[in-house]
Amino acid sequence: MDTLDIKRPENIVYRKPALITDNVMHYCPGCSHGTVHKLIAEVIEEMGIQDKTVGISPVGCSVFAYNYIDIDWQEAAHGRAPALATATKRLCPDKYVFTYQGDGDLASIGTAEIIHACSRGENIVVIFINNGIYGMTGGQMAPTTLLGMKTSTTPYGRDAKLNGFPLKITEMLAALDGTAYITRQSVHTAAAARKAKNAIRKGFEYSHLGIGLSFIEIVSTCNSGWKLSPVEANKWMVENMFAKYPLGDIKDTSIAEKK
Amino acid sequence: MAEKILMKGNEAIAVSAIRNGVDGYFGYPITPQSEVMETLMKEKPWETTGMVVLQAESEVSSINMVYGGASCGKKVMTSSSSPGISLMCEGISYIAGSELPCVIVNVMRGGPGLGTIQPSQSDYTQCVKGGGHGDYHCMVLAPASAQDMYDFVDWGFELAFKYRNPVIVLADGIIGQLMEKVELRPVKPRRTEEEILRVAPWATTGKPAGRERNIITSLSLDSTTQENFNKKLLAKYESIKENEVRFSEYMTDDAEYLFVAFGCSSRICEAATDILRQEGIKAGLLRPITLFPFPEKEIARLAGQVKSIMSIELNLGQMVEDVRLAANGRCPVGFYGRQGGIVFTPEEIAGEFKKFNNLK
Ligand SMILES: Cc1ncc(C[n+]2csc(CCOP(=O)(O)OP(=O)(O)O)c2C)c(N)n1
Ligand code: SF4
Ligand SMILES: [Mg+2]
Repeated sequence: MDTLDIKRPENIVYRKPALITDNVMHYCPGCSHGTVHKLIAEVIEEMGIQDKTVGISPVGCSVFAYNYIDIDWQEAAHGRAPALATATKRLCPDKYVFTYQGDGDLASIGTAEIIHACSRGENIVVIFINNGIYGMTGGQMAPTTLLGMKTSTTPYGRDAKLNGFPLKITEMLAALDGTAYITRQSVHTAAAARKAKNAIRKGFEYSHLGIGLSFIEIVSTCNSGWKLSPVEANKWMVENMFAKYPLGDIKDTSIAEKK
Repeated sequence: MAEKILMKGNEAIAVSAIRNGVDGYFGYPITPQSEVMETLMKEKPWETTGMVVLQAESEVSSINMVYGGASCGKKVMTSSSSPGISLMCEGISYIAGSELPCVIVNVMRGGPGLGTIQPSQSDYTQCVKGGGHGDYHCMVLAPASAQDMYDFVDWGFELAFKYRNPVIVLADGIIGQLMEKVELRPVKPRRTEEEILRVAPWATTGKPAGRERNIITSLSLDSTTQENFNKKLLAKYESIKENEVRFSEYMTDDAEYLFVAFGCSSRICEAATDILRQEGIKAGLLRPITLFPFPEKEIARLAGQVKSIMSIELNLGQMVEDVRLAANGRCPVGFYGRQGGIVFTPEEIAGEFKKFNNLK
């Protein structure tokens, strides 16, 4: 098959989702952010809700998410996205509202905002990118950094005595009555990405059922921050991150159960 | 005759919000303004106008809820008192940097720190000069009565949407707690979806095919873009200074001496002016109704007419700096203030005035 053949419509097996813009992505090669963006764009496209969706981007590497997915966006202050999403959803209940947040954003500076949005049962979707590090600011310790993991502020490895323990915020949030769906996924293989996409779609669908908040953690790689090649980063994630942050659904409250 | 009802300044804020078609209120309890949210919750406007009222987990959250609601082109507001406003300053900076309209009510109490729950005017500098980080200004309106509290909600939203800029209603514990007759103005319904699209075409209302996506952000990593944005803000502030200054004057026509005071202090200074006038001393009063924009031209004009100006404030001397800048050496400028929630009497001010001006 030559190049022309490959481009024939009947031969296309993969294309960029229509809702991903042509802007050049600033993410490092191998970074999970780009893959997750693509999954979100596909879900919005397949559900046909581009004109009904509002995204809230965080402060972190994905601060520029609004450059890549072709929907209306609000760019929040560090950690505050769930507060913006709360008001947006309550004032515009017909909209699909999601936040997209890193671990520093969601599990450190924005702990109060996420806990209370969950506790109030806001009908929003939260996409939580847990890469165990502060990617944007150059690789400092995050609340989710593993014990022993080296970062620029834990140069000798995270020491529980000095730096406390990794925060499993997703399990914490599952304990709150206002959450409807809590799951932990990853995007390191095509199969994992497909599962993550299904989870994102379920979250979007749940957000219109009035049954509470859907929370999708994506255990992610930050190969630049971890100082590993994309392939090594995936391997390191499987061997280390998944041990602390096991994949799978943590909570799924169907409408019937709620009633 | 329009209906007049006896109510507290804080209640007037809540009643006015419902009657003026406000879409959302987000707040956190703090004395001396908790009646605002309490009144809203009691009135249940979500059952009548559809207004959203939500008690947030903190002032950090309530201002960021305002940020999200304003991003949708909705008329949203919050209220708090001094320590809560400090927590909101990050959000206010983002709102100013994203050029969003909203109304923030600060019913000031004494500080610093936890301070006192008694009235004060010690957040003048914080609210008028900025408060959060970066070069920005909120428009600041200073109510002096419960009626002003009622009226400034609507006026605040008018200004906020006209300039896409946050507006602070800078009240104090006295104005918030004072019970007075308030005239209820005609009801304004909430804006329809179509009206929102018309007045706020920039809002995140969901991107239909055929329009660019709307992005609410205060971020620009490129220095030239950021500088150009700062210059755009400056031009907006210049236009606000040119068009929106409001003040009132009392006995200034033939005044030889001038008081400058805002909010509750202006009412006390009016009484002090009367005392001095009875003694044959030609005192007058200028009350800035807008603190940003500040009535600097009028103060400059009066500074050329009077022998001296005194700025009277419930703080250690904050607005006096702006009065001095406006007077620009044309006449001496003095200050008298009380702090900690203690409020001066008209007699006390008249006495301090005579001391400052060497009058018997
Ligand atoms: C109030 C505030 N504090 C600190 C920062 C600096 N800052 C920017 S991004 C970031 C951490 C982002 O890490 P994370 O949320 O994990 O996102 P990632 O870049 O890893 O995707 C920090 C601390 C900021 N922008 N604002
Ligand atoms: S620094 Fe890390 S999180 Fe940020 S783009 Fe690069 S790989 Fe992704
Ligand atoms: Mg991170």
